[in-house]
Amino acid sequence: MASLDAPRIVSSRSEFTDSFTLTRYLATGGYEGLRKALTMFPEAVAAEVDAASLLGRGGAGFPAGRKWSMLRKSPVSYLVVNGDESEPATFKDHYLVERDPHQLVEGVIIAAYALQVTQAFIFLRGEFALGLERVQQAVNDAYDHGALGRKIFGSDFSLDIVVHPGAGAYICGEETSLIEALEGKRGFPRIKPPFFPAVTGLYGEPTVVNNVETMSNLPWIVTHGGAAFAALGAGRSAGTRLFALSGRVNRPGVYEIEMVKNTFRDLVYDPALGGGVIGDRPVRAFIPGGVSAPWFGPELLDLPLGQDEVGAQGSMLGSGSVVVMDDTTCPVRAAWRITKFFSRESCGQCTPCREGSGWLERIMYRLEHGGGRVEDVDLLLDLCDNIAPGLTWPPAQTTICVLGPSIPSSIKSAITMFRDDFLAHAHHGGCPHD
Amino acid sequence: MSHFRADVRQRAEELVAVYPRRRSAMLPMLHLAQEQDGYVTDGAIEEIAELTGTTPAEVRGTAAFYDMFHLEPVGRYVVGVCTNVACLLAGGDDLLEHASRTLGCAVGGTSDDGLFTLEETECLADCNIAPVVQVNHRYVRTTTPDAFDQLVTDLRAGRLDGDVPPHGTLIRVRRNGGLRVERDELSAERAAARAAREARAATEAK
Repeated sequence: MASLDAPRIVSSRSEFTDSFTLTRYLATGGYEGLRKALTMFPEAVAAEVDAASLLGRGGAGFPAGRKWSMLRKSPVSYLVVNGDESEPATFKDHYLVERDPHQLVEGVIIAAYALQVTQAFIFLRGEFALGLERVQQAVNDAYDHGALGRKIFGSDFSLDIVVHPGAGAYICGEETSLIEALEGKRGFPRIKPPFFPAVTGLYGEPTVVNNVETMSNLPWIVTHGGAAFAALGAGRSAGTRLFALSGRVNRPGVYEIEMVKNTFRDLVYDPALGGGVIGDRPVRAFIPGGVSAPWFGPELLDLPLGQDEVGAQGSMLGSGSVVVMDDTTCPVRAAWRITKFFSRESCGQCTPCREGSGWLERIMYRLEHGGGRVEDVDLLLDLCDNIAPGLTWPPAQTTICVLGPSIPSSIKSAITMFRDDFLAHAHHGGCPHD
Repeated sequence: MSHFRADVRQRAEELVAVYPRRRSAMLPMLHLAQEQDGYVTDGAIEEIAELTGTTPAEVRGTAAFYDMFHLEPVGRYVVGVCTNVACLLAGGDDLLEHASRTLGCAVGGTSDDGLFTLEETECLADCNIAPVVQVNHRYVRTTTPDAFDQLVTDLRAGRLDGDVPPHGTLIRVRRNGGLRVERDELSAERAAARAAREARAATEAK
């Protein structure tokens, strides 16, 4: 049974059609968290976030409080919000920026106050035309309301927020690449070390980069206290989380549920959530956290939705997007399409990723569309091993960023779980399902 | 002689002023160029270089990296059909094929009347209404071949002009606000605020 008693923290206004307006926001407790934060010391606000044990909601799951504590002391520093949501099958930030832009803006102002930053940027992927308009409108309204700009709500804190559009590049979700894009360059990830923009970020200054959902949690955390947030979920996975469910389910959508207290089975089958698989067919496999994550078989459906729980089974909760494949799904086709995605989106800096993704895509293509060979299966694994040696999880890295080592996830999963399907493709001269 | 129209030039200059460094206005300004011309023209590249303190080669090299910037003319409507994994499981590749037939152009091509450009896109983050279709980066939520054909009819008849502006127009809400304060003054304010906090902390500690 799904556990659905937890409060809705970031999707509390989902019942309102005008949830994106300032009027609705103010009528439902909007900017109260900010007002409270401004009466506190900045360090105390940061301490609440630390106490909340809020793990970053972008994909890497790094503790937000710890990220903040690493910010190098400098006269100039920046806060950058990562709204470049492009991990395939992830659509929860899209939901937040369109449906509750003021909540995001309030979260950004709270974070900026805690960090004592006076310039923040909200980077949204360019394909979110409506989201960009809604967030820009929310920023404009916040200025008019006195919640943003000079001396916010009469305090001695001032902040400017710039809404910055991306232009169609998955790689810009990687934080150093996002910073490059914000500097007006190609979105090439930066060489590490330094590992963290908190040391050297935008224009070489210390910069905190946080995800949209992470920011959207802050008004609630400040209002109700970090301890109330930490009381939800379990272990390191505190709070609720937005899960984006898609694929072969009856009710795909974004669902905010308590972490760990619910399982993948709850998410997929509960009538209030996924509502089961289309036509009551059996689950063949599912992706637990975005296409960079290794796949799971149906035997892991009872696994709790927690970061460490999923990690212990050799995958990741990642961006919180779950894709369900049933027995009508061709795993070769699915893995081929994911590989094609990586091949298109590789930025081209590192040879293993740039060349490897293309080779893998072409081999997967010929298996799926005809011309594949039995030995291609081992060739695929060998190439994958060149990109992420040992094919372990978490993967070893031969590249500047983690896009490269994410490429083998779907291929290795599909071959491990469905080797017979691959062989059938080779023997059949293409997809037997077509 | 400016390539940008006077009003566009003014918005471009406002963009430059928003950022701590001029070059940061690159991406928004390239979007602005597409708003004026539908795609990124050579003239716009020259002018963006001047405005951002870069060279035309740097502007072109940056623009070429990003899928949303078109360096060649495109249709008034750029139709994107997603075929990534969630859409694949909902028949995205079939819908793309259908779109190609309806529009009479190959994927990546433009229809003879110059009205439509068809693209196969990567995930557009709307996977609960799959397969996802965007026109000029507006979600149109047409998931079936019949709905797609109706969409094309409506676009041709101009019935969606309010919802779907011509290609290039991305953000119709203008930025309104900003600190409008010199950096030094802001630093002095911050220092004073910090001193006041420290004094308050000392008082509270007593």
